[in-house]
Amino acid sequence: MTALLEIRNLRAEIGGREILDGLDLTVAAGEVHAIMGPNGAGKSTLSYVLAGKPGYTITGGEIWFKGEDLTAMAADERAAKGLFLAFQYPLEIPGVATLTFLRAALNAQRRQRGEPELSSPDLLKRVREIAKTLNIDAEMLRRPLNVGFSGGEKKRNETLQMALLEPALCVLDETDSGLDIDALKVVANGVNQLRAPDRGMIVITHYQRLLDHIVPDVVHVLASGRIVETGGKDLALQLEARGYAQYQSEAA
Amino acid sequence: MNAIPAIRTKAEQDLGAVFASAGPRLPGGRRIAAARAAAFQAFAAAGLPHRRLEAWKYTDLRRLMRDAKPLAAAPDAVARAQAGQATGLFSGLGFRRLLVVDGVFVADQSDLSDLEPGLEIRAMRDLLAADVADLAPGPGSVVPEGEPMLALNAALAGDGVQIRLAPGTRLARPIHLAFRVTAGVPAAMFTRSAFEIGAGGSATLLETFEGPDGSDYQVNAVLDLRVGDDARLDHVRLIGEGDAALHVGTAVAEIGARAAVNAVSLTCGGGLVRSQAFVTLAGADTRAAMSGASLLGGRQHADTTLVIAHAAPGSESRETFKAVVDGAARSAFQGRITVRQAAQQTDARMMARALLLSEAAEAHSKPELEIFADDVQCGHGATVGALDEQLKFYLMARGIPAPEAEALLIQAFVGEVIDAVADDGIREALTKATAAWLRARG
Amino acid sequence: MAAVQETVDQVRRIESDQYKYGFVTDIESEKAPKGLSEEIVRFISAKKDEPDWMLNWRLEAYKRWLTMTPPGWARVAHPEIDFQDLHYYAAPKKKPALASLDEVDPEILKTYEKLGIPLREQEILAGVARPEGERRIAVDAVFDSVSVATTFRKELEAAGVIFMPISEAIRAYPDLIRAYLGSVVPISDNYYATLNSAVFSDGSFVFVPEGVRCPMELSTYFRINERNTGQFERTLIIAEKGAYVSYLEGCTAPQRDENQLHAAVVELVALDDAEIKYSTVQNWYPGNADGVGGIYNFVTKRGDCRGRNAKISWTQVETGSAITWKYPSCILRGENSSGEFYSIAISNGHQQVDSGTKMIHLGKNTSSRIISKGIAAGVSQNTYRGLVSAHRKAVGARNFTACDSLLIGDRCGAHTVPYIEAKTPSAVFEHEATTSKISEDVLFYCVQRGLSQEEAVGLVVNGFVKEVLQHLPMEFAVEAQKLISISLEGSVG
Repeated sequence: MTALLEIRNLRAEIGGREILDGLDLTVAAGEVHAIMGPNGAGKSTLSYVLAGKPGYTITGGEIWFKGEDLTAMAADERAAKGLFLAFQYPLEIPGVATLTFLRAALNAQRRQRGEPELSSPDLLKRVREIAKTLNIDAEMLRRPLNVGFSGGEKKRNETLQMALLEPALCVLDETDSGLDIDALKVVANGVNQLRAPDRGMIVITHYQRLLDHIVPDVVHVLASGRIVETGGKDLALQLEARGYAQYQSEAA
Repeated sequence: MNAIPAIRTKAEQDLGAVFASAGPRLPGGRRIAAARAAAFQAFAAAGLPHRRLEAWKYTDLRRLMRDAKPLAAAPDAVARAQAGQATGLFSGLGFRRLLVVDGVFVADQSDLSDLEPGLEIRAMRDLLAADVADLAPGPGSVVPEGEPMLALNAALAGDGVQIRLAPGTRLARPIHLAFRVTAGVPAAMFTRSAFEIGAGGSATLLETFEGPDGSDYQVNAVLDLRVGDDARLDHVRLIGEGDAALHVGTAVAEIGARAAVNAVSLTCGGGLVRSQAFVTLAGADTRAAMSGASLLGGRQHADTTLVIAHAAPGSESRETFKAVVDGAARSAFQGRITVRQAAQQTDARMMARALLLSEAAEAHSKPELEIFADDVQCGHGATVGALDEQLKFYLMARGIPAPEAEALLIQAFVGEVIDAVADDGIREALTKATAAWLRARG
Repeated sequence: MAAVQETVDQVRRIESDQYKYGFVTDIESEKAPKGLSEEIVRFISAKKDEPDWMLNWRLEAYKRWLTMTPPGWARVAHPEIDFQDLHYYAAPKKKPALASLDEVDPEILKTYEKLGIPLREQEILAGVARPEGERRIAVDAVFDSVSVATTFRKELEAAGVIFMPISEAIRAYPDLIRAYLGSVVPISDNYYATLNSAVFSDGSFVFVPEGVRCPMELSTYFRINERNTGQFERTLIIAEKGAYVSYLEGCTAPQRDENQLHAAVVELVALDDAEIKYSTVQNWYPGNADGVGGIYNFVTKRGDCRGRNAKISWTQVETGSAITWKYPSCILRGENSSGEFYSIAISNGHQQVDSGTKMIHLGKNTSSRIISKGIAAGVSQNTYRGLVSAHRKAVGARNFTACDSLLIGDRCGAHTVPYIEAKTPSAVFEHEATTSKISEDVLFYCVQRGLSQEEAVGLVVNGFVKEVLQHLPMEFAVEAQKLISISLEGSVG
């Protein structure tokens, strides 16, 4: 069986500056992989390259997603294929109600996959169910997307979208940033509920504390644009204790 | 639309006579003489600016300027000495004062000692006489084609000061360019000054305009500003002309890459004041902050017109303009931010606020955006209103009498502009000028 | 950069050949000879069987017009218009008997069907019924110069509302017309309004008597069909004390290589406690991708809040026309009266828009609100121009203005020219404006959720204009939303 995601010797740059330098990573369905590393290691770049953000250029290597060449797909095709990026800094869209946005996104994906659109009542029902588990009240769904939301509300909103869109691969970029411990628990809870045998996750984080709540199967260390160490969940604890200094000096 | 006015006003006829009689005696060689003739012709063709000219919509000089005065005579020794001894708001601050009396640069009353290396100061009349001065706005400037009052200045400018800083020159001591009008027969003064900072230099320039009350003298002052790459300029202008004076001031500025300019102006004198500035942010990544305040009463009319063009990428500009209008005075503010197509990543903001203190006071604002680049963040705001009665009441409830409460609120309103001045001495002096205006208001 | 670049390319690809309403109706028509002269003015008046006072009014306007020059202050550029090269009157040859729809030329009815206008009452009942059920729209359709059908006449008459072509009203209600026509936009107001006064051929007349709330939305659809024809409609709406009326206006024109002139005048009068809501969705032909052809839309619209507590609200969605020159304004004369202006102006291709409003505060405690959303794409120029003024006696005047512009692509321009003039210290005016482009990060965020580039732009733009769309009646809001997508994305239908 092919892996859900397979990255081979990936090189990528932005604005002529090389960030990823021969990165290899394989994620099988059902697995949760944590990617940890020092600031500037290329963690966010990896998430943007996977999602297909304009401006990031792949200069070498391959990315296979569900057996298909991910690099050949536009960003919206990747989303429809089941790749979801939970943004470190979710964007605000004035004038567009959260619910309107959710409908637009879900139905755009369904159309791309040749599935019928979800009717408004069905969608509303579905969204409300998820919202409840994430402590998101109905009023928030009517507000313009992320406009005036607190950091915690934004991250819960990201989790809600993830649950609604039911992606095959979730990439969580620094989901813990800007969250206090209570908000972190709510979000982690939401993420854990989405763990499934047919779904993979990549949890990108600088700190170990998120991994107390979303316990990974595999932990990787990303430094200077490539995976420099891989281990079990204990690796995260070791990293917390000894820091990233050794990888930075290795790279230098 | 802007057809040549068929009928010449008295002021226009006077100006024709002034140019005919005084023109031949003005300093300049063959080149300057030709430039003067061309400039006057351009002026005469259009006449005095009037309200149908969009840029002069709120200041109809054709109607407001009843006559044109003859050119002022050069001040005699007594007048020069008196002007030199007069003290003012900025005395004792240790600035390098350059004195222009009745339109003439008076070297013997100016501080020209111990010039810092790289600093060069010359009389504009000498440059004109040597035929080397430039009277036309430079290429790439945002001065409207044939700007009438600038053209008139080019035709009639007799003197002024040229100040140049060689590249890398950083002046610690501010330069005070003081324009004074002596009492006497009301006359007209056309001055042309230039201030140039070479790349990497920095300086503080203070300009003051003062004259006697009750005299309807006329000032047309032009300043050419050139700020080189990586240079820094702090510019402060105080317009404190006599209460019957007509003041038309024009600044044409070109700012180089990565340069920073902080300009603050305060207008509290003059019967009829038009201050116009045409600023080109020619280089990339410049920072320009321009702020101004007008304190007006009686039948004063003050018009501030500002055009800022972003011509290169990555520059930031901030404009704040405040007007406090009392009596039957009129304030007008026209501000335009132009972002040319090349000026991506422009960040420009403009704010105009007017405070109306009396029934007969008027305030007009026209903040404009003209944008041809897409990757920009631009905005402007404008407000007009009276003093906040609730705040006033709050202060009075604390025992502060009404006039004092008003004064406090007005000072706070103007404070934002004055606080932008970097030099402590100048900032204090401007605060004093504001306090004096408030006291006079009673 | 790439994300936006794609959008820009998409926008650039828009061919105006995709203009949905670009068909020509094949009907015989009767046209006045080309050119403008006193004879033509007399001809139009005679065609309309007008009384002498109306003819004299027109002739006065014509004489005045001869002394005027076209305005030059707007940011629009076009070759000089040859006013002698236009037809000033065109009418479908079989003059429709307005009493019965069945006598209207079937070709014209077909045209309106294609435009989606619910002309037949039964269609209206069947087609526009909303969940609430009650809402219906009475339609006056103006084809080139002539009003061809007005629906729901009888029911409106029963409520006391007069809704009929102005040409008929001139004969049927001369006293009302004489009292109000030209009382808001005087004959000599401006070049195009004066021209309109001389040659207007038809338009709508609405009179809502004291205390009557008009039982349905009133609507006019304008269509220019004839080649080289100017359309000069004239609309007059009067709401007496305590009356209310909501009026909708839609406009289309076929594709032509020449520029067609449209110079309408709309006058609104609201007396004490009256309210008039005037909504426009303007989708005249904008010209082709090279900027050839399209409508010159030079329109004068003004409302007069003559009475206490009167309210006039303008809402406009401007997506069409090669050039739009239009400033729906409010004269706030009555104490406590209020004016509103909600505008969406979209320019693409070579379009030029110079539009905005004037809020003239004359009375005590008058208030006004301006919300303007401009979107510029292609090589278009989009200008907001507005005046807010408070007269010395306008004690307590208040205004709030927000003008936002969005730029799509780096070859267009967005400009904001507000005039704020206060002559009373008790006026409180607040104005704010912003200009920016659609954030690439926001677009990427949407695309990451599965939206296509165009859908993402559409979503963001719709969010941007939402505040204004909310002020349109439901049917119009839906249509307007579609139009916005069409004019920006080129994905017809």
